[in-house]
Amino acid sequence: MRLSPGPFPAGKKKRGPPARLAMTGQNGMSSSSEDAGSRPPAPELVRDKYSVIVQDLTKKFGNFCAVDRISFRVKDGEIFGFLGANGAGKTTAIKMLCGLLLPTSGSGQVEGLDIGRDSERIKKIIGYMSQKFSLYEDLTVSENLEFFGGIYGLPPVRLRRKVKECTTAAGLEPFSGRRTREIPLGLKQRLALTCAVLHDPHVLFLDEPTAGVDPVSRRDFWTLIHELAGGGTTVFVTTHYMDEAEYCNRLAVMHNGRLAAVGTPGDLKNRYQKKTMEEAFIELAGRERKAGNA
Amino acid sequence: MLRGRLFAVMRKEFIHIIRDPRSLSLIFFWPVIMVLLYGTAITFDIKEIRIGVLDSDHSSASRELLRDLTASNYFKTTAILRKRSEIDAGFLENRFKAVLVMPAGFAKDKARNAGRIQLVVDASNSNTATVVIQYMKTFCMLHQLENSVTVSAPVALLPRVWYNPDLKSSHFIVPGLIAVILMMICAQLTSITLAREWETGTFEQILVSPILPHEIILGKLAPYLLLSLTVSVVTLAFSVAVFKVPFRGSLLLLLILSLIYIYASLSIGVLISTRARTQQVALLASQILTLLPSFLLSGFIFPVLYMPLFLKAVTYLVPARYYLVIIRGIMLKGIGPRDLAQPCLLLVLFGTLLIVLSIHRFKSVLEKAPWAE
Repeated sequence: MRLSPGPFPAGKKKRGPPARLAMTGQNGMSSSSEDAGSRPPAPELVRDKYSVIVQDLTKKFGNFCAVDRISFRVKDGEIFGFLGANGAGKTTAIKMLCGLLLPTSGSGQVEGLDIGRDSERIKKIIGYMSQKFSLYEDLTVSENLEFFGGIYGLPPVRLRRKVKECTTAAGLEPFSGRRTREIPLGLKQRLALTCAVLHDPHVLFLDEPTAGVDPVSRRDFWTLIHELAGGGTTVFVTTHYMDEAEYCNRLAVMHNGRLAAVGTPGDLKNRYQKKTMEEAFIELAGRERKAGNA
Repeated sequence: MLRGRLFAVMRKEFIHIIRDPRSLSLIFFWPVIMVLLYGTAITFDIKEIRIGVLDSDHSSASRELLRDLTASNYFKTTAILRKRSEIDAGFLENRFKAVLVMPAGFAKDKARNAGRIQLVVDASNSNTATVVIQYMKTFCMLHQLENSVTVSAPVALLPRVWYNPDLKSSHFIVPGLIAVILMMICAQLTSITLAREWETGTFEQILVSPILPHEIILGKLAPYLLLSLTVSVVTLAFSVAVFKVPFRGSLLLLLILSLIYIYASLSIGVLISTRARTQQVALLASQILTLLPSFLLSGFIFPVLYMPLFLKAVTYLVPARYYLVIIRGIMLKGIGPRDLAQPCLLLVLFGTLLIVLSIHRFKSVLEKAPWAE
């Protein structure tokens, strides 16, 4: 496939040390709470500040509009949550950003690269973890890691080092020789995450990464996500667990393919005058449904 | 970079194969069973033809003919008949396939060089009937040569049979069987590889990586190329050891050309797997596309030369057609590389065409993106 010629866009942020799972003890939670949508910055600053920019992004499957003109921006290094009921269009949106689906209309940028034209370059700098942890069950834990690192073209020495580092960081060391089908779901999930970050992606897309996993494993998983974000990785995560929504720096709520609200968890709770995200979400969904029926 | 990604896919695919009992049995177990089973079952040799005798002459000449008949390996007298009416009943009960009738006065006529005997054949299977008649003609000729003092025939045909002096059909069938088995197994092995990744969802995970379509396709092909070569070695060993098929040519040449044939056969499976979304569909498609064509349209049993023009054109799309020329030529005739250049080139062309097509279809699949939410 083609690699579009020319250098990276001028003014692209030079990245610091690569995000590593091994970084512990840092809290990646950003304390900034201003809403990006309310104050559009100057064009030069855009590339510096935002790792994902989406404008009027739309996907239609025949007559069905899965994603309907959504626009939002994700800041560099933040944990951005994508909330919504099943079928709200979260997965479709994430697939367009990862280059798995072509948008019907609208535009999107990941790290300054256009999702329509530069999808091959985007693939090198993003990590993706799908709903069903896509692992090879007949391969061992370390074989899975070696394969996924391998298809990102990691040179052998670096691959071995990264696999070792990440196995330790994710607590998978005691299981590295076990077949993947034998390990519990919570570990599979951590393994899938580890597979997605071996190549030190700038942006990590997680599509319902905690579906069906027990609360303790989910807690552990979110600790890993915060470590990654603390290392400078932007994390874009979809979920329908409201307790997880609280862990995000900012949230976008989707309803029937449209973006219903964007803001920090605190913002959203204040806006609907609710104590928990769960209540806020139900209130929001109710209003959207009424608006849709009207 | 390029080599690294390709290598990662190859290594992973190799682990899949050696840990999957189905793939392993497909490679090591089924080919052997199929060679043994089909090699024994598919035969054109007809031996010990059950024959009935109706001797109305009761002379020493007729008894002599009967004795020679029983002594030969080709006939076995299973019934002595008394009247002509018993013939039909015997055919219906399947007691014999033919009846030799020696009329009264046979000895006298024979002495005047005008002996006549009659052969009544059950031609419900026309093939067998033709063979029985042929055998009986040969038998009578030999009997005559041995027993008459004067050889009166002005022209005598003395046949010499080359390459397969015993006229054993297994020497012809078993090498062909290797071609059929290889094509089936190769196509089945690769047809499920992409389908399996669609089923488990791992395909999506590969697609978000920077890996290129040709790296995936070639990476999946390479391990099967080597493993399928063991199929050809194992089946070859069995055909020589069990069926005593002669091996007159170069083993190295045959293995190299087998590799090219395997490449062409694997590419059929790869092409199937770019479209099939489940393993069942992939397996079914590969069986339909390889089993019948390789049996019927390759020259395995029915010579391509005598096919109608339309079918003859279709045979060019069956890689087994080319490999049959190669394997029979090398094993039975010991021919060298110069005579095999054409089928060999056509196999390379066939395989490469299918692989290029697969890579192209793989790309178009990506653009259409069939996975909706």
